[in-house]
Amino acid sequence: MCKLESVPLDFGDYHPLKPITVTESKTKKMTRKGSTSSTSSSSSSSMMDPLSSVLDGTDPLSLFAAAADPVTTAPPTDGARRKRDKDESSAVGSDFEPWSSKRGEILARYTTTEKLSINLYMGSEKGKATTTGSAVSEKVRTRLEELDDLEEGSQKELLNLTQQDYMNRIEELNQSLKDAWSSDQKVKALKIVIQCSKLLSDTTVIQFYPSKFVLITDILDTFGKLVYERILSMCVDNRVSLPDNFSPESVNDTAKETCLNWFFKIASIRELIPRFYVEAAILKCNKFLSKTGISECLPRLTSMIRGIGDPLVAVYARAYLCRVGMEVAPQLKESLNKNFFDFLLTFKQIHGDTVQNQLVVQCVEIPLYLTLYSPAIDWILQCIAYHAPDVLLTEMMERCKKLGNNALLLNSVMSAFRAEFIAARSMDFIAMIKECDESGFPKHLLFRSLGLNLALADPPENDRLQILNEAWKVITKLKNPQKREVNTVLADVIKHMTPDRAFEDAYPQLQSIIQKVITYIYDFALLFSVEKFLPFLDMFQKESVRVEVCKCIMESFIKHQQEPTKDPVILNALLHICKTMHDSVNALTLEDEKRTLATLINGFIKMVSFGRDFEQQLSFYVEARSMFCNLEPVLVQLIHSVNQLAMETRRVMKGNHSRKTAAFVRACVAFCFITIPSLSSIFTRLNLYLHSGQVALANQCLSQADAFFKAAVSLVPEVPKMISVDGKMRPSDAFLLEFLCNFFSTLLVVPDHPEQGVLFLVRGLLNVIQDYTWEDNSDDKVRIYTNVLHLLSAMTQEAFIYHVDKVDSNDTLYGGDSKFLAEINKLSETVVSQILDHLKTLGKEETLKRQSQLAHYFFNTILAHGDLRNNRLNQLSVNLWNLAQKHGFADTKTMVKTLEYIKRRSKQPEMSHFTDLALRLPLQSRT
Amino acid sequence: MGWEYFRIEADSPEVLSGVVVITSKDTVQHQGISLTMEGSVNLQLSAKNVGVFEAFCNTAKPIQIINSTIEMVKPGKLPSGKTEIPFEFPLQMKGNKVLYETYHGVFVNIQYTLRCDMRRSLLAKDLTKTCEFIVHSLSQKGKLLPSPVDFTITPETLQNVKERASLPKFLIRGHLNSTNCVITQPLTGELVVESAEAAVKSIELQLVRVETCGCAEGYARDATEIQNIQIADGDVCRGLPIPIHMVFPRLFTCPTLETTNFKVEFEVNIVVLLHDDHLITENFPLKLCRISIAKQEK
Repeated sequence: MCKLESVPLDFGDYHPLKPITVTESKTKKMTRKGSTSSTSSSSSSSMMDPLSSVLDGTDPLSLFAAAADPVTTAPPTDGARRKRDKDESSAVGSDFEPWSSKRGEILARYTTTEKLSINLYMGSEKGKATTTGSAVSEKVRTRLEELDDLEEGSQKELLNLTQQDYMNRIEELNQSLKDAWSSDQKVKALKIVIQCSKLLSDTTVIQFYPSKFVLITDILDTFGKLVYERILSMCVDNRVSLPDNFSPESVNDTAKETCLNWFFKIASIRELIPRFYVEAAILKCNKFLSKTGISECLPRLTSMIRGIGDPLVAVYARAYLCRVGMEVAPQLKESLNKNFFDFLLTFKQIHGDTVQNQLVVQCVEIPLYLTLYSPAIDWILQCIAYHAPDVLLTEMMERCKKLGNNALLLNSVMSAFRAEFIAARSMDFIAMIKECDESGFPKHLLFRSLGLNLALADPPENDRLQILNEAWKVITKLKNPQKREVNTVLADVIKHMTPDRAFEDAYPQLQSIIQKVITYIYDFALLFSVEKFLPFLDMFQKESVRVEVCKCIMESFIKHQQEPTKDPVILNALLHICKTMHDSVNALTLEDEKRTLATLINGFIKMVSFGRDFEQQLSFYVEARSMFCNLEPVLVQLIHSVNQLAMETRRVMKGNHSRKTAAFVRACVAFCFITIPSLSSIFTRLNLYLHSGQVALANQCLSQADAFFKAAVSLVPEVPKMISVDGKMRPSDAFLLEFLCNFFSTLLVVPDHPEQGVLFLVRGLLNVIQDYTWEDNSDDKVRIYTNVLHLLSAMTQEAFIYHVDKVDSNDTLYGGDSKFLAEINKLSETVVSQILDHLKTLGKEETLKRQSQLAHYFFNTILAHGDLRNNRLNQLSVNLWNLAQKHGFADTKTMVKTLEYIKRRSKQPEMSHFTDLALRLPLQSRT
Repeated sequence: MGWEYFRIEADSPEVLSGVVVITSKDTVQHQGISLTMEGSVNLQLSAKNVGVFEAFCNTAKPIQIINSTIEMVKPGKLPSGKTEIPFEFPLQMKGNKVLYETYHGVFVNIQYTLRCDMRRSLLAKDLTKTCEFIVHSLSQKGKLLPSPVDFTITPETLQNVKERASLPKFLIRGHLNSTNCVITQPLTGELVVESAEAAVKSIELQLVRVETCGCAEGYARDATEIQNIQIADGDVCRGLPIPIHMVFPRLFTCPTLETTNFKVEFEVNIVVLLHDDHLITENFPLKLCRISIAKQEK
């Protein structure tokens, strides 16, 4: 039995007579440069290929139907089929995230700075065939040689390409594939595709592999499309092209034969990886051959991948197969699952020696390496999960569990499966995450994925809090740096809460998130470098909550910040936060609240230090002043800080200001001078004037100091009788007394202004005291006068008992000038007479005790400061002594002690006059 | 004078039918047109088996399988333009010889040609046109008995090992679904690397064709690799079955042929290349046949 055939072969233009033409050319040994015509030496069948014929008709009936006139018999079946096809094709709907959307993401994520290389052996496949079949009929050989000639050089090796160069080269290859195809050089096109897919077996510069996969599969897609369209165009019958969902019966033999030829050609590709990829690329063409072609091919290709040793290369091969499979035959889920299960079986390879050695050579860490798998696994799982029943997903989960809950898998499961599915089982997932073997894949990424799902779908109501707690427990365990993770979490929350102002209902939760964040991150530089932290704060739009949150943050800052900081990020953020707190202050704000806020802000201000950059520091204070003008304690703090700054400057300059520092110190002083009047509390103002005046004086800013003191003097008359202290009204005299004493002590060292009179400030102050409306039954004025005597007495010394460094006080200015002393004497006399006048007014019965006390006080003053050799003064003191005892109000013990003191003093040299005095002071014994 | 060419339609398996087309501008005077069918086996001894000198001299005589001629047109005139002459040529063997399949090998060639001769007067040259036609045998009827083979490869099973001690330990198991293969269907099976101390570099299927020519001087046997298919690349996962799948190349294979004078046989080698460059090969003879599967099913 024989069967005779003549075979139109290969991919040249089909012409039934062509094989014969070629045969003749053989006998004539014609050279056929550039020809792509076919050969006849093939031993293939064409008319009724046994293989295809058996695949064609699955049962005799359909064979009959196909053999019968297609026009008359087709419609019913056709219609039914079309309907089915439609269902099938609609299996991938718009809700399936297409590959194209993943592409860019992968390209952007997997980049490298290392040098890449492309190694193309054009024509090596054919070269091999030539050498082996040395007796292959001559025409075949010539033809093969011609094919080699199509390439300029049969081998191209491009080294040291940057990533961009590499991408350009690949794009060039893509272009030359299209060119070769359009210029009818199908074999060259095939070679390009084979060489490109061969690049995928190369895993040097492994971190670039995912991107390489993207680039090269683009070429494969192009190729698959070209071949498919080419064969489809051959099916055009009577200018009517095939419908989209044609059946293999309606494909003519030429097209089938061409298609078969492609498959034969590809089946003979020596290397596994190119053979796999190229066949997968033209998977769709199986539609021309038989209905079941694709469903038979997919499992075969799937198991073929098992031969790929490198797990990374294999998983990407699987991803490509799934991608092509989803595109061509989305209804064939089996292969998708099989791919995944096969992957699971080979998973252990990742930790095998071969891979580990490779990583060591390339200096790639395991966590990085594992992330290279993500795009592929994600894609495979996405394909599987698409419209998959929950049962399947549960099974997948179980299988992953069996592999020791591998983190990488779990992550992909979570990113691929439906959010609702994940959300409903979030507790399970958390348990799995907790148990899972990290093996280099960071857990926080798992929580991130889980979080992303939960953001899309709500977990069961009851579980929510627990989920957050559990998740947070782990999140907080993360070691530093955790910035990225926190950022991610916050970003997710923001994303979730922003629509419809959902955050309004979730303030307590959000607040607790913030609290947790600041509990665990107290490195504020880190905290504020978390991009989403401030936007997160912005979600607290209800003022009370917002302020609460700000307070929390500030408390944490004050508690945890050890070192003064000048980090602009921290400063900006905290200023923002403090401003928020400050701005919440209004007329209705409670004092307590204000105080708390002020304390917090002060705490912050105290922690700001620009080190030696004093000007920066000052400008910060200026900025702070403008921001926090409504909180007095803050202003006070600022004034103190500025004063401190001035003193610090002085310390640094060791008291000798340069022109620049002098100007700077004056700026500080000016700051204080203009800030103080804005305060409402009068004693604060007074004290600050005094204090700032002292600082100005210390920094040799004499006129500024004068200004402070004058201001203080002119402010004294405004001091009210009663002031509120801690919410209670108290008489102000004690405070005033204290202040004035303090003031007078300072005035000792303040040099007189050359244009004002002697002791201008002291006189001014005395005048103010004189005019001040004192409480009727108060002796404060006299007490102050008595104290003034201390001052005046000190002023008469040749050298004052204390000085301000580098400031010439009156002692130096006047040098004990007699006029000056006379002035002081005059002043003293006035004061003394004032005191005595007052003592006289106390002669009434009910005020005798006060009189006694004052007299004693005055006596003591004279004793301490007066020159008792002066007879008048001596007499005055004796009178005072007697006055103090006159009405029996004197405390005997005190009097005795005083007397003992005098006696003791008298034993000192040049103090003999005290002996006389002691004799003149009788002790009145109480009866 | 124009071209002539054949169009051959192979409807009937035992009849070569077709049409001779003659085109010319003028009328053609001729002394008769005839068709000759020739089929022969050419054997050549390779330089490897005999001396180089002998290789050229001792070419075995071609064995003629078929040779018959039919007269198509009696002497006369053909009109100008295109003339089509249909023909049917029965394939009748000389004696009890077998009609082998067309085969182009290295040392064995089986070729069938159809020659059309137009004899002409003394003044004009005779016109001849030759065309090869291809014979596919369907002779092997009936069911193909599958002959599965299981194999295990370990260092102990290897032959031709020089230093067995230096070999890394390995265990490779597998099976071929059948060594009796239908030529149009792939060779299938599975292979499992159960264990291997050294990393696997590659596993390949090597299809080898063995041509044997017998002649007076003895016989010559030559093996040629005609296809090499990689089924595993890199260090494959242990214990995971890897499919063995190879499509027979149409150009270089034919059904296994055994005659008294020559043989064409096929073998497949499973080649495992380890990373330390150890090469492990396991050989399986194959028997290829061509069976119409439709027939087989009946």
